[in-house]
Amino acid sequence: MKIRYFAWMKRTVGVPEEEVTPPADIDTVGDLIVWLRARSPGHAEALAEGAAFGAAVDQRTATFDVKLAGAREVAFFPPFTGG
Amino acid sequence: MTVRVQETDFDIGAELAHLTDGNRRIGGLAVFVGLVREMHVREGYHRDRIDALTLEHYPGMTETALQEIETEANRRWPLEATLIVHRYGRMEPGERIVLVAVGSPHREAAFEACEFLVDWLKTKAPFWKLEDTPKGEQWVGAHEGDDAAAARWEKK
Repeated sequence: MKIRYFAWMKRTVGVPEEEVTPPADIDTVGDLIVWLRARSPGHAEALAEGAAFGAAVDQRTATFDVKLAGAREVAFFPPFTGG
Repeated sequence: MTVRVQETDFDIGAELAHLTDGNRRIGGLAVFVGLVREMHVREGYHRDRIDALTLEHYPGMTETALQEIETEANRRWPLEATLIVHRYGRMEPGERIVLVAVGSPHREAAFEACEFLVDWLKTKAPFWKLEDTPKGEQWVGAHEGDDAAAARWEKK
């Protein structure tokens, strides 16, 4: 599965995207966040509990209880500031 | 219904002419143009000069999100034409960032739908602003006011 990071999260993690293979018991976006935190101090900081960020599964905004269910791409990003 | 995400500037006159040409059911066209400001007021009092603004987005998801917002506007109001052009990349103060235009037989629907589109695209489309200031680069934080502006359309 491809993981993508945007805005300040990309800089904190250190890469814009990465290919990962989470274990079978990683069921939801929330599970994935906890699992990703262990990859590096940058991941732990960007995806820290209480940090203001959202997620998208296959390019659709998703809450952390959404099941991954074969998702190809999961993205993490700060609140949107367009317009 | 048209959505475009592009790096280059747009010509407002040409865009509006193209949008309304040939459609004589349009009686009113409401337009919003967002520009890069030279100042950013933070926390109500502290001001930072802005030398440039860089807009990052999520290619693919951005277009889908804008199309969904546009579809929702067309569901809520009787519209004849809608256009959203949003730029990404580096822009300097005075440059145009976004164009939202809505054509309808009557002005009320055009004004309301235009405001709705701007409010929702600010909070539902994946764009992020990075400011280049004399003190260095700073990511723009989300504004509570923007969330409140978007939320007032949720009830309908």
